[in-house]
Amino acid sequence: MRKQKVKKNHLKVRLIIFATLAAALIICAFFSEHLCPYDPYAQDLSIAKAVPSPEHLLGTDRYGRDMLSRVIAGSKTSIYSTLLLVGFINLFGSAIGILCAWVGSWLDSLLMRISDLFLAFPGLVFALAVAAILGGGVQNAIIALAAISWPKYARVARSQTLAQKETVYLRAARLSGCSTFALITRHIIPNIVGPILVTAMLDIGTMMMELAGLSFLGLGAKPPAAEWGSMMSDTRNLLATHPWVTLAPGFAILISVMIFNLLGDTVRDWLDPENGGR
Amino acid sequence: MMKPVLQAEKLTKIFKSRGREPYTAVADVSFSLFPGEKLAIIGESGSGKTTVVNMITRLLDPTEGKIFLEGEEITAKKGRQLKETYKKLQMVFQSPVESFDPRRTLGDGIAESLINNGMGRQDARQEAIRLLGLCNLAPEYADRYPGEVSGGQCQRAAIARAIAINPRVLILDEATSALDVTVQEDILKLLTELKDKLDMSYLFICHDIALVQNFCDRVLVMYQGRIVEEGIPDEVIRNPKEEYTRNLIASVL
Repeated sequence: MRKQKVKKNHLKVRLIIFATLAAALIICAFFSEHLCPYDPYAQDLSIAKAVPSPEHLLGTDRYGRDMLSRVIAGSKTSIYSTLLLVGFINLFGSAIGILCAWVGSWLDSLLMRISDLFLAFPGLVFALAVAAILGGGVQNAIIALAAISWPKYARVARSQTLAQKETVYLRAARLSGCSTFALITRHIIPNIVGPILVTAMLDIGTMMMELAGLSFLGLGAKPPAAEWGSMMSDTRNLLATHPWVTLAPGFAILISVMIFNLLGDTVRDWLDPENGGR
Repeated sequence: MMKPVLQAEKLTKIFKSRGREPYTAVADVSFSLFPGEKLAIIGESGSGKTTVVNMITRLLDPTEGKIFLEGEEITAKKGRQLKETYKKLQMVFQSPVESFDPRRTLGDGIAESLINNGMGRQDARQEAIRLLGLCNLAPEYADRYPGEVSGGQCQRAAIARAIAINPRVLILDEATSALDVTVQEDILKLLTELKDKLDMSYLFICHDIALVQNFCDRVLVMYQGRIVEEGIPDEVIRNPKEEYTRNLIASVL
């Protein structure tokens, strides 16, 4: 009992730390324009490929643009696109999943076979194909990734809803005169939101990398827009001679993905009933 | 003669699944529940008691037969129409803790049916507290979660929820089976009090014939989906006609 409590407190500290870090990241990204020491798009060839120094902490790229400013400016595109993407597929996928579980019969079979179809392709390859058809741009990259990743949420929401559908309390609620809408919004959703939220949290890191990956391949954000994936692609041939210009956005991705993954892990532990989570 | 408040007429349920023999869970079950009566259905697990209850509460469609509630046929009612039915027909489940949403307080659970039937949120809460009092629970239980109270307390709250909209028929599906013997007695006492106060009829589903003897007016014995015996509990126990009933009594006494 005591051990459990200590563990829970430990978890609480972890949760606070990672939630604060993630919040800081999101807030910084929101105010990125005001945080940049230099204009991230201003070129100055006289200081091109400068070594990191007190004036330019992360050096400059081949057009003399300040790397620190570009990494900060890029956070907005990278982080907000990812959050938008995860939020959208989460809502859309879960809605499909709940619908399938609730209605059942042919609709369930139809939608689940469609989702199988999407799951049958290797994810990023399929996203590449979609992005290639739609053309470049962050928007299209988001659409491409949304198309391949909603089935996961549909599956989670479906299985959770099916489990809730058989519970005694749902029968009791039905006897209390709840309409189908009330049963779903008042009882089912609050009881399945935990696992769905955890899936979403753990997905933020993956999606951020895949979005950066598409940009790296030239199918996401287009230069000169500051976006971490496209910045890495832009500067990759300088890796041997001026490693900081490639490594700076790389580390930005690494750190952000790590923060969101650790937050997701902690939230999962927090909600785990074995820890007495609600 | 008095009109029955709940009537089952030749209820039959056959479960069919692909690749398997059709399984007859309930066959030709007919009975009437009269106003103010405490009618028990007893039988071992698998005898079809729960299937009968599920058909009456319209969770399952009967394969054949009809169900009447206060003279009105409810066999084919669906969706919204059932809301009216549930105003007259309520149920207390076997597992009290599982019968409440784990994320909502007992007070919310009790108030839900009142709100669904048009009462304001504030009034519904007051009424929920009054109902808890009627079931011998202090007002603070309204703010407890189902996991935070004992099985007996939770079952009292479940009874409070079931009587909230003044039903005519209360189905008690093994409502005391999961509780300690002493708690069981308390609950039965409470149910006896409430029945007189609120003018309800009970359909008491149970597997314990000793419990039925003290609590119910009439008993139906079910075996393999059929009613094999019917009568006043004392008489059935003293003078069982069927082999199965004899075994059932012998196993308890």
